[in-house]
Amino acid sequence: MAQADATMMGGAGASSGTEKLVTAEGVPLKRALERAQRRRKLMAFALVVPLLAFILTVFVFPIAQMMWLSVKNDQIVNAIPRTLEELRDWDGRELPDEAVFAALHADLMEDLERPRREQATGPMGIRLNYELSAARSAVSRTARAASGFEAPYKEAFIDAHRLWGDPELWRIIKREGRPLTASYYVAALDRQYDEDGRIVQRDENRRIYVSLFGRTLMLSVIITGMTFLLGFPIAFYMSILPMRHANLLMICVLLPFWTSLLVRTSAWIVLLQQQGVINTGLVTLGIIDDENRLSMIYNMTGTIIAMTHILLPFMVLPLYSVMRTIPPSYMRAAKSLGATPWTAFRRVYFPQTLPGIGAGGVLVFIISIGYYITPALVGGQSGRMISNEIARHIQQSLNWGLAAALGTMLLVGVLALYWLYNRLVGADSLKLG
Amino acid sequence: MSDSSPDDGFVTFDRVQKSYDGETLVVKDLNLSIGRGEFMTMLGPSGSGKTTCLMMLAGFETATSGEITLGGNPINSVPPHKRGIGMVFQNYALFPHMTVGENLSFPLEVRGMGKSEREQKVKRALDMVQMGNFAGRRPAQLSGGQQQRIALARALVFEPDLVLMDEPLGALDKNLRERMQYEIKHIHESLGVTVVYVTHDQTEALTMSDNVAVFDDGRIQQLAPPAVLYEKPDNAFVAAFIGENNTLRGKVDAIDGSTCSVRLDNGSVVKALRVNVEGTGVQSTLSLRPERVVLGEGAAERPNSFEAEVLELIYLGDHIRVRMNVCGDDEFIVKVPNNADGRDMKVGQKAPVGWSIEDCRALDPS
Repeated sequence: MAQADATMMGGAGASSGTEKLVTAEGVPLKRALERAQRRRKLMAFALVVPLLAFILTVFVFPIAQMMWLSVKNDQIVNAIPRTLEELRDWDGRELPDEAVFAALHADLMEDLERPRREQATGPMGIRLNYELSAARSAVSRTARAASGFEAPYKEAFIDAHRLWGDPELWRIIKREGRPLTASYYVAALDRQYDEDGRIVQRDENRRIYVSLFGRTLMLSVIITGMTFLLGFPIAFYMSILPMRHANLLMICVLLPFWTSLLVRTSAWIVLLQQQGVINTGLVTLGIIDDENRLSMIYNMTGTIIAMTHILLPFMVLPLYSVMRTIPPSYMRAAKSLGATPWTAFRRVYFPQTLPGIGAGGVLVFIISIGYYITPALVGGQSGRMISNEIARHIQQSLNWGLAAALGTMLLVGVLALYWLYNRLVGADSLKLG
Repeated sequence: MSDSSPDDGFVTFDRVQKSYDGETLVVKDLNLSIGRGEFMTMLGPSGSGKTTCLMMLAGFETATSGEITLGGNPINSVPPHKRGIGMVFQNYALFPHMTVGENLSFPLEVRGMGKSEREQKVKRALDMVQMGNFAGRRPAQLSGGQQQRIALARALVFEPDLVLMDEPLGALDKNLRERMQYEIKHIHESLGVTVVYVTHDQTEALTMSDNVAVFDDGRIQQLAPPAVLYEKPDNAFVAAFIGENNTLRGKVDAIDGSTCSVRLDNGSVVKALRVNVEGTGVQSTLSLRPERVVLGEGAAERPNSFEAEVLELIYLGDHIRVRMNVCGDDEFIVKVPNNADGRDMKVGQKAPVGWSIEDCRALDPS
């Protein structure tokens, strides 16, 4: 009887155990396991913390700030809050009325009283100038003269600078008198606002960025294709060589990494220029005329040649690491089953290299789509890429908002392409080394 | 050999040599003839040249000199894909990016076979290895034994006359390996296909083969059916490599027709069958299977009888291995059945051992 009881109890214990397992001391098993692993997790986290902090401060934070810059738009709001208040009911057709000009005068006078460092009219002038050239001089000249203005202010302002009589300037002030703006993105897409505030394409001769994005994409595809065509055979050859010889070849492939940029660039100039080694050689051999020397540098060809050279290792390394792991017995098996060497390669070997091709392709493409220094050095005008334009806006035109918008679009574009790749191929099939 | 019937010499190696570096020969003067429908095993330690021979037959290595024929035609210059030889690889070499069905269909596709015929043959081949339900799986989803079956089916699906197997069971655990041995044997019997099988596992070779070629040092040491190989080894290497073996060394004292007497290092004289002895006065190795040694009762009546001491007892269930000192040799093994006599044995006990002349073979000194 006692035995039967024990069995029953055991049975009950077992059935409740499927719901909630407990340790011998009655602590739920899950919690016990968590406690046992907490120390290990903390240790692991402590190891990651320095890198995490480093990445956050030098990578994530600047990128977030850049993206913020592309929509940040407080210059006008800070400088002329009263004017914007008065402009709220303006229909945007005729010039605004006297009350607006009076408010503008009050805003400017208040700004003049601030310490020079905190004056907001300067940034406003720069901001307006992005939208309408000469707006900066209109603002600065008027601000200097504003203390002598008397009512009616409308005439006084228009006398000080003719632009104040242009409704376009007022439309811009009203449109951009908000803390956030889309105008940098509108400009980055070669578009602008028309009189009714609609977004329209720019005049044909002022469109730059869309075609530049297109060219960057095209160049990246060409360069990825070239590195694949050149890299696949060499990776294959290295994978079938004995380790010692393969390492020697690998060093040759990696040589561009170890060469100074200046030396590399000079070498390309020596080789590729019109009076350079290749052209002279071709002329000497009688392949081309002296008048028809090839232009291979300071144009798109130069960018493609130089970048293919630099990015080749990024294609060869993943390909090689994948090919090394494909045992020769697969090709042998295919041949023994009756496949010609070509069929065996196409049906059996090549499909197994796809993870390497994917990894190499993604690497080369993503690196080349944002490449800056080589196109700047040997690309000339037709070999420029979008990064060069971004750099120009950061360093020369100082239009950081536009540079940030272009950079954000590039980043989002790359992420979208990566997402697409992941959907089509699967990122987990990538083999980077 | 050249004028014999094709059944006799379906595959022949004629004075084949192979060198990889031009300095040493991996295969030295190989002559071998394999009949149609035969199960021939190349057995030998690693580096003995057996795999090289298989690769030359498959066409992945070229013979440095000599000629290999298949069905009477020289194949030295025929590329592998035109030889029509099925092959099972050591690591199976199933194409990982194809399903099992696609793997099997591959050899038929490259031969331009129609879809319905292909499907029919793939199904038949899969059924043959009892893997009919696995056509849609990837090789990575299969266990080692299952992959082995698929590799076998793939090598057979295009109905080759000759199938080569390169240590196909090496990666399987013991039980599975034994089961697969029987299965391969049965498939061979039912299809009548010629099989050349490479292994370093002597049990495998003895279980499966019609004929075994024992390789060592680039040469065939002996070519014989399994029973002959075990019972009548030609030389000391074969005797030691196949099965368990007691080795006694000594000098040939006298030769009397088919027998000879050998004086061992401790002075005892053993009468043995003369197999591989050039004359009197030379060194010889005596080979004696442990199960042919009589221990205790009846030992004294044998032509060879010695007093021995038990050094170690190893209990193996069905029998007991007794390590003894016989004629100065500490490694002398005797197998005793697990019965009343066997269980009474003690370490240190003295007992007579004996054996017949025909069970003790006088071989080369090795």
